[in-house]
Amino acid sequence: MNTKSLVSIVDFSKDDILRLIGTAECFERNPNRGLLEGKVCATLFFEPSTRTRLSFETAINRLGGRIIGFSDAATTSSSKGETLKDTIMMVSNYADLIIMRHYLEGAARYASEVTDIPIINAGDGANQHPSQTMLDIYSIYKTQGRLDNLQITVVGDLKYGRTVHSLIVGMSHFNPTFHFVAPEELKIPELYKHFCETNGIRYHEHTEFSEEVINLSDILYMTRVQRERFTDLIEYEKVKNVYVLRNNMLSHSKDNLKILHPLPRINEIANDVDNNPKAYYIEQARNGVFARQAIICDALGIEVVSG
Amino acid sequence: MMVRNKELQVAALKNGTAIDHIPSEYLFKVVSLLGIEHLSTRVTIGYNLDSKKMGTKGIIKIADKFFEEDEINRISLIAPSVNLNIIKDFEVIEKKQVNLPDELYGLVKCNNPKCITNNEPMQTRFHVIDKDNVTLRCHYCEMKIKKEEIELL
Ligand SMILES: [Zn+2]
Repeated sequence: MNTKSLVSIVDFSKDDILRLIGTAECFERNPNRGLLEGKVCATLFFEPSTRTRLSFETAINRLGGRIIGFSDAATTSSSKGETLKDTIMMVSNYADLIIMRHYLEGAARYASEVTDIPIINAGDGANQHPSQTMLDIYSIYKTQGRLDNLQITVVGDLKYGRTVHSLIVGMSHFNPTFHFVAPEELKIPELYKHFCETNGIRYHEHTEFSEEVINLSDILYMTRVQRERFTDLIEYEKVKNVYVLRNNMLSHSKDNLKILHPLPRINEIANDVDNNPKAYYIEQARNGVFARQAIICDALGIEVVSG
Repeated sequence: MMVRNKELQVAALKNGTAIDHIPSEYLFKVVSLLGIEHLSTRVTIGYNLDSKKMGTKGIIKIADKFFEEDEINRISLIAPSVNLNIIKDFEVIEKKQVNLPDELYGLVKCNNPKCITNNEPMQTRFHVIDKDNVTLRCHYCEMKIKKEEIELL
């Protein structure tokens, strides 16, 4: 078992998160640094995710590292029935670090137990995607200048949305107040309400996506409401246009409000919001490169000096 | 003869372990969990015996075998109220209860079909996050399993 891996956001303490934010800031000031000179990073995408892979590979390239890997399991020996363990052990002979995405839940945790080189989880099924959470937290920090005592409203699919679940855990160190806005079928699981209660985090549940809740928010975190999540398609038809943000809903919102979305979006943010200075979802994706540069250096134990 | 416990008269043990108060429906599961079929010492198994407490129960008596703590705790999930009698020279020298351990290895199946443990030749691992209500969390996919959902391997 190696300890430098990043498998789940719960592996990060408050200090870890604050340290990574500091490092991400350094990379934002100067992203091109030869810190990975002579290092080989493997990006193993057993499930395709172009967006995440490009973000990680940009981070590695800007650090001067080399990349090996695959972007689709169909082209690898795992499609011929090789075990994950064998693939990971084989790649461990070549690379200094493995960044992996897998369709099975727990794959990254298991990988971190069969090798001594650090594993960074770039998504394991519906379970964890900690680099997404780090870029979300970094985006919150950048737009608000702080992480403490924020009113965070999350909207949409709160039942299956892993980014939301990880955000709750990641932000739990900073005394947030959450507003959970979701249709009945997709409301926040008991498990996460229980998590909030045991960690002393205030939360309010809403089924209506009202201006009232928007107006008290510092962060509005939108997510996709996907048709395949519904057992009752009549229910889907009823709610699919209800949890949509339109520009006219923002007229009385706080000046510091920023709108986040893990992307890609379907229709949950209307196009007329894009030109509103409170829309932050495109820049949010850009922050992903800095957050991932910070995560990679942290996993490899590379010290990043500011400047 | 110093046999004090009437139940032990069924087949007195000189040295060994008597496992009592096993729910009848789990008797053979307990046998297999403890790997008793692989032992070469004398074993007596009582099945559907009368029990005031439980209606019917099972008993297993194993000669010359003394279990390690984590060996015996494997059965705590299905038979939490069993009594262990450690016998030396026909005397019960120690009585033990089983305890649910903090972690369970290779014992419980993960109910998540998309969990890596159901798709890779590997051992399952669970954290016991609530001992009173018997709630487990898969070490890999992080899914929680309640007592009534537990499926043994
Ligand atoms: Zn599992």
